[in-house]
Amino acid sequence: MTELPIDRALTQGRIPDRTPEAVPELHEVDCPQGLREQIETLMDKYPDRHSVSIPALWAVQRLYGWCTPEGIRQAAAVMRVTPAYLESVASFYDLLHTESVGSHKVAVCTNISCWMRGGDELLEAFRTAAEGKEGNVFVSGFECLGACDIAPMASIDERYFGPLEADEAAAAIEQLLAGEEVLPEKALERRPLAGDRDG
Amino acid sequence: MAETRVLLKHAEDPQLRTLAGYKRHGGYQTLEKAYREMEAEEILKELEDSGLRGRGGAGFSMGKKASFLPRGEMAKYLCCNADESEPGAFKDRELMQRNPHQLIEGIAIAAIAADAGHAFIFIRGEYDAQADILDAAVAEAYEAGYLGEDILGSRRDLELVVHRGAGAYICGEETALLDALEGKRGNPRLKPPFPAVQGLYGGPTLINNVETLSNVPRIVAHGAEWFRGYGTEQSPGTKVVSVSGCVRRPGNYEVELGVPTRELIYDLAGGPLDGREVKAFYPGGSSSPVLTAEDLDLPYTFEDMAEAGSMLGSGSIVVADDSVSIPLMALRTARFYHHESCGKCTPCREGTNWTVKMLERVVRGEATPMDLDIISSVQDNIMGHCLCVLGDSMAMPVSAMVKKFRGEFEAVIDSAQAVAA
Repeated sequence: MTELPIDRALTQGRIPDRTPEAVPELHEVDCPQGLREQIETLMDKYPDRHSVSIPALWAVQRLYGWCTPEGIRQAAAVMRVTPAYLESVASFYDLLHTESVGSHKVAVCTNISCWMRGGDELLEAFRTAAEGKEGNVFVSGFECLGACDIAPMASIDERYFGPLEADEAAAAIEQLLAGEEVLPEKALERRPLAGDRDG
Repeated sequence: MAETRVLLKHAEDPQLRTLAGYKRHGGYQTLEKAYREMEAEEILKELEDSGLRGRGGAGFSMGKKASFLPRGEMAKYLCCNADESEPGAFKDRELMQRNPHQLIEGIAIAAIAADAGHAFIFIRGEYDAQADILDAAVAEAYEAGYLGEDILGSRRDLELVVHRGAGAYICGEETALLDALEGKRGNPRLKPPFPAVQGLYGGPTLINNVETLSNVPRIVAHGAEWFRGYGTEQSPGTKVVSVSGCVRRPGNYEVELGVPTRELIYDLAGGPLDGREVKAFYPGGSSSPVLTAEDLDLPYTFEDMAEAGSMLGSGSIVVADDSVSIPLMALRTARFYHHESCGKCTPCREGTNWTVKMLERVVRGEATPMDLDIISSVQDNIMGHCLCVLGDSMAMPVSAMVKKFRGEFEAVIDSAQAVAA
């Protein structure tokens, strides 16, 4: 196959200047033992090994913080698929990051119910609070997270908190970076059923 | 007005999520009976007679859906759709978080009816805490012999896997869910063939929502007649309704289907905030055409919502009060579907894009009166023209808003000024 020139300006440098890679061999990728075992255990659970693509990418992301090209190659080698196949899957889903993000993730819901209750202001407050700490906290607006009962809300390192006031954002970021429990009073986990709440 | 807690019974007990806690409240007795004494046909008949309608959005009879699966020796699958991503919906989250074993028991019993040997719970990746709870509960159920090989000596096997998605609304669409579960990008498939005939890995597949499956143990335990004692003729049973938006006490409330919508919003959810009035509400998640204050006395059923030109959907009411700008709400709604469109079908990919652009023009005060007709015509050209209903899910509420609140849109256009956010 002839190599097609890739216009780097058009692709913003994201597409490597080479033809798509074949299925990498395990010895070519230096896959950490733990990651390999995790993916192999997953493959035993499904009738078809392709089914583990999302769980395998989750494992890569947990290990490296995001779906790094190297991590994707490692998973691809274990799964016996091409890296491009896993990249196509990773780029489809909002929670799988194909670029480096912070070690902590804050997703603020901005969909209708949260928007009506101040979701935009909350997102702004989190952005301001995380400013200058960019490398550590990745703040993003997000579509409905399925917690309109605690609107406006945020998912902080994959746990739900709400209803939040904009002025609680700074405290939440501080607690997060200090490794403390974040806004314990606002954790969804501790909230009783709506009908059992007082007032 | 009081709730009628059936699915949420004992949900206030934090121990309910453990196997021991669940069994203390009578859990797994139906599974034991079903695996020891019941035939698939018996279970199927009970489910069909109960009239249980799918709680995920479409409202299709669960028993009928299960009966579509072919008989005979072949690998069949059961998928629990826990990809609850419809804006306004958060009831499956509550059910999984508080009572995961009820769902597992429902899946195990439904698997007999579907003759499925492999089951999956496809849960949205954002529900990490709930997925952890399910993982723990599934492990307990395996340990107790309620899952795995030769369950309770019945010679029936069932493997159950909790599969986490990774953030895509489209995966709640059943064929997209299957593609995602097969490890692909979550694009919907052309139907037919329907999943009941050719679904996961090409095998017959029963796909049901969390709440639907959570109803199964009690229906099989108490019988179809008992279930029909709740709700209306066409909408039997209770429903966990998510109420949110501009109300005092947003949350999940379980009621008999058929209660007046007003009581859900005013009594249970506490009504609008101080000094505010209900202006509009989505009766069934953000894809349902909005209704207005005039519709508040409609009984909350599948049939009454359909007759009013909307739908009960997943049973998620989002209330907008008189402080909410409808053009801004329409834009917010359209942006969501634009973001979530998988891009496979042109009317949805392009239609959601142009709708967002035109609505942005409206709220910036840069639109002309004819833009409203163009917006409406774009919606008409999306509906029914795609592989799945994602495009329709934007087209239905947006066209309803333009139609019912046309005056408000025109006032914005006439003022030639941006809407204050």
